Amino acid sequence: MPTMSKRGWITLVVLILLAVLPPLFYLGGQAFYLDLATRLVILAIAAVSLNLILGYGGLVSFGHAAFVGLGAYAVGIPAHHWLYGGWDAIATLSGWLHIPLAVGVTALFALLTGLVCLRTKGVYFIMITMAFAQMVYYLIVSIEEYGGDDGLVIDSRTELAFFDLDKPLQMYALCFLSLLVALGLVRMIVNSRFGMVLQGAKGNPERMATLGFNTYAYRLTAYVISGAMCGYAGALLGNFTTFISPEMMDWHRSGELMFMVILGGAATTIGPVLGATVFIVLEEVLSSLPHPFGIYWQLPFGLLLILVVMFIRGGLAGLFSGRKER
Amino acid sequence: MDTTLLVIQVLNGLQLGLLLFLVASGLTLVFGILDFVNLAHGSLYMLGAFVCASLTYALGNFLLAVVVALPVVGVIGYLTERVVARSLYARDHLDQVLATFGLILVFDTSAHVIWGPEGIAVPLPDWLNGQVALGSGLEVPTFRLLIIAAGLAAAGGLFWLVNYTRLGMLIRAGASNRTMVSALGIDIQMLFSLVFALGAMLAGLAGMLIAPITEANIGMGNSIIITAFVVIIVGGIGSIKGAFIAALLIGLIDTLGRAFLDDLFGLFMSSAAAENSAPAVSAMLIYLIMALVLALRPQGLFPPKVR
Amino acid sequence: MTAVLKVEGLNKSFGGIKATDNLNLTVEAGELHAVIGPNGAGKTTMISQLCGTQIPDSGRVLFKGRDITRLAPHRRAHLGITRSYQITSLIMEMSVLDNVALALQAREGHSFRFLRPARSIAHLRDRGRELLARVGLADKADQATVALSHGEHRRMEIAIALASEAELMLLDEPMAGLGTQESLEMVALLKGIKGKHSILLIEHDMDAVFALADRISVLVYGHIIATGSPDEIRGNEAVQHAYLGEE
Repeated sequence: MPTMSKRGWITLVVLILLAVLPPLFYLGGQAFYLDLATRLVILAIAAVSLNLILGYGGLVSFGHAAFVGLGAYAVGIPAHHWLYGGWDAIATLSGWLHIPLAVGVTALFALLTGLVCLRTKGVYFIMITMAFAQMVYYLIVSIEEYGGDDGLVIDSRTELAFFDLDKPLQMYALCFLSLLVALGLVRMIVNSRFGMVLQGAKGNPERMATLGFNTYAYRLTAYVISGAMCGYAGALLGNFTTFISPEMMDWHRSGELMFMVILGGAATTIGPVLGATVFIVLEEVLSSLPHPFGIYWQLPFGLLLILVVMFIRGGLAGLFSGRKER
Repeated sequence: MDTTLLVIQVLNGLQLGLLLFLVASGLTLVFGILDFVNLAHGSLYMLGAFVCASLTYALGNFLLAVVVALPVVGVIGYLTERVVARSLYARDHLDQVLATFGLILVFDTSAHVIWGPEGIAVPLPDWLNGQVALGSGLEVPTFRLLIIAAGLAAAGGLFWLVNYTRLGMLIRAGASNRTMVSALGIDIQMLFSLVFALGAMLAGLAGMLIAPITEANIGMGNSIIITAFVVIIVGGIGSIKGAFIAALLIGLIDTLGRAFLDDLFGLFMSSAAAENSAPAVSAMLIYLIMALVLALRPQGLFPPKVR
Repeated sequence: MTAVLKVEGLNKSFGGIKATDNLNLTVEAGELHAVIGPNGAGKTTMISQLCGTQIPDSGRVLFKGRDITRLAPHRRAHLGITRSYQITSLIMEMSVLDNVALALQAREGHSFRFLRPARSIAHLRDRGRELLARVGLADKADQATVALSHGEHRRMEIAIALASEAELMLLDEPMAGLGTQESLEMVALLKGIKGKHSILLIEHDMDAVFALADRISVLVYGHIIATGSPDEIRGNEAVQHAYLGEE
């Protein structure tokens, strides 16, 4: 085993801190921090999934919140029918339905929209992913049975084999393990032959085509994997918040996910986790400023975002490792 | 389906389409010429509405307020270009998107600080507040006709500006060849600033025109910007003609879809099923049309010439 | 001899300007066929149509008798056509060896393989190093591509073309931007490859062309005005008038 890089150490330290600190706070009577960490870890999974296509694939998806929302509704809708009847086929709390449904629906949505989006490039791609996410947003708004604009309360959480999601520690354990799996999966994919093609297509699509790679098919596959992974994060988020609404799919949420990936360091393993951490901490600190500054927290946040784009290239992971990324 | 309703809905669709064109034309101009994606364009639409609302109360007259608010929004656009956008032209679209996303947060929260969280109603003068009779038994709100007229006038003005003036010639030349324009001794930076300000004024005008109907409110820019994206994607990014045709198309389809889709569905399914599915389908209609256009023509209906 | 590549009556215009005008060309098996022509003669447009990144308005492109006029670039690559780029077109973010290994990977069917780390696949890495050694870049294999010099990038292009083991190589100005010494090395390198692959060489460097080519075609305004051996081309009046005479 070669000596670990500086970035490898950061990854290790961050993950150990995330594994240990929140449960300790919880056991010490500070449940709030576990809640915060649960949200952080779930958002980190979504950001990790986005990083696969944005960071490694160079595909700037501005619609990833739609996958989070669809994943959450794939939990909320069966739970709703389980309580209120109707749609017997899916009216259950079983994780054997919820999780495959969340992953399956988002994978399908990614496939169908990806078929169209990936025919386009650059700014078209950004806008089209955004538009499709907005389409899902309006779709959910239009369905009154599931609360429309007002959202949907998830009365009972998903029932899983090894985890009782009503217990905060077990909820957190599942989310954290899921993050580890997500990180491992993305790392494996990125380093595989498939991943080399994906990254090659980011660097030089025309060259990849003349080498004999059908870049469209590879990108579409990555897009579907990313969407499904993000849908899974959505299923966790629905279970965590127990309240879901179209607002989860608002394009501001997609923008925040992008912010996490870029701030943390696109195309690095740990970058999205760092980004999600900074985002959650910023949101928490800025919004708890004394009145009236707290309610205007998005103003400094927005300024920060502009400054980050203008001055920090390569994200935090790039800063720490002291190496030029681009 | 009775004709009166149809005519009214067509007028509504036309109105929406023209407002969309005002927003989309600025977006497409800025993108076509500056190769810059401005997510915050919707915020200029919102600021137009708020500035106009405040001025309406201050000056006591809506139309006067519009006249004064236009240059104000233009200046905001100009400053945005100077302070933020300019340093991002050389960056990739991802950076532009993120930075202008930050700009939205800044604009929206600033509006929150200045005007508060509630929407602001914009009163109309009496003569605009009534109805106009169009033929037998058909009455339409005067103000909606004014929106349509103003939208058409602005569109016409833009076509004239781009196609028949020196500024327009430079804009068209700048879109296809920046170095050439610079070589002509034109201050290209100034040209870019002006284009940005022009786009801001067009979006602002749309916000001002809609404010008396919907009130000026903070979220208004964020929903129209996506629809404006759909418009320029369908029309072909960078093409003003494409934006115009696509805007009217999208405006009409969206409005008519919401109004009549359940009746249409009722022709070949049970009325209950139609009532259930029509809202969902009409909510997705314009996006499905976008997908269809892209599947057939990835560059939109009127792709701009190769740069 | 059989023709590996046959181009018949190719036409392509951009907004009324004819970039390719009734172009006819044949590359025989194993020959190195050079195409020369003044700037703006449409050389790069021609090569783009041969490798499939542009589609001609009319005419046919035949590869070993098969019509590939409208085939997608990656399918042509599968058939055995590769190209190098005039403007260095490597994947800068990756290492030198990664670039070559990708070209090798492309030859092994699909790459929907997710499990094994690509950089631990011995035969790709070993063969990649071999090829880099062949173009004189053995010691640069693990460096970032972006860190290499222009001349080294040009040689990487050749290594990648070799990696594809394509029957037909389309080399777009491999000497572009090289110094005298580097050009000589490149000529030597290409001489070593010549005969093993059919090569269509687009080149500005006359010394290199006359040193390497079996046959030469002269492209002027998108049209081939003459084809022949180097000696024939040297003596051709039309060519001298249209092209060589300029210098």
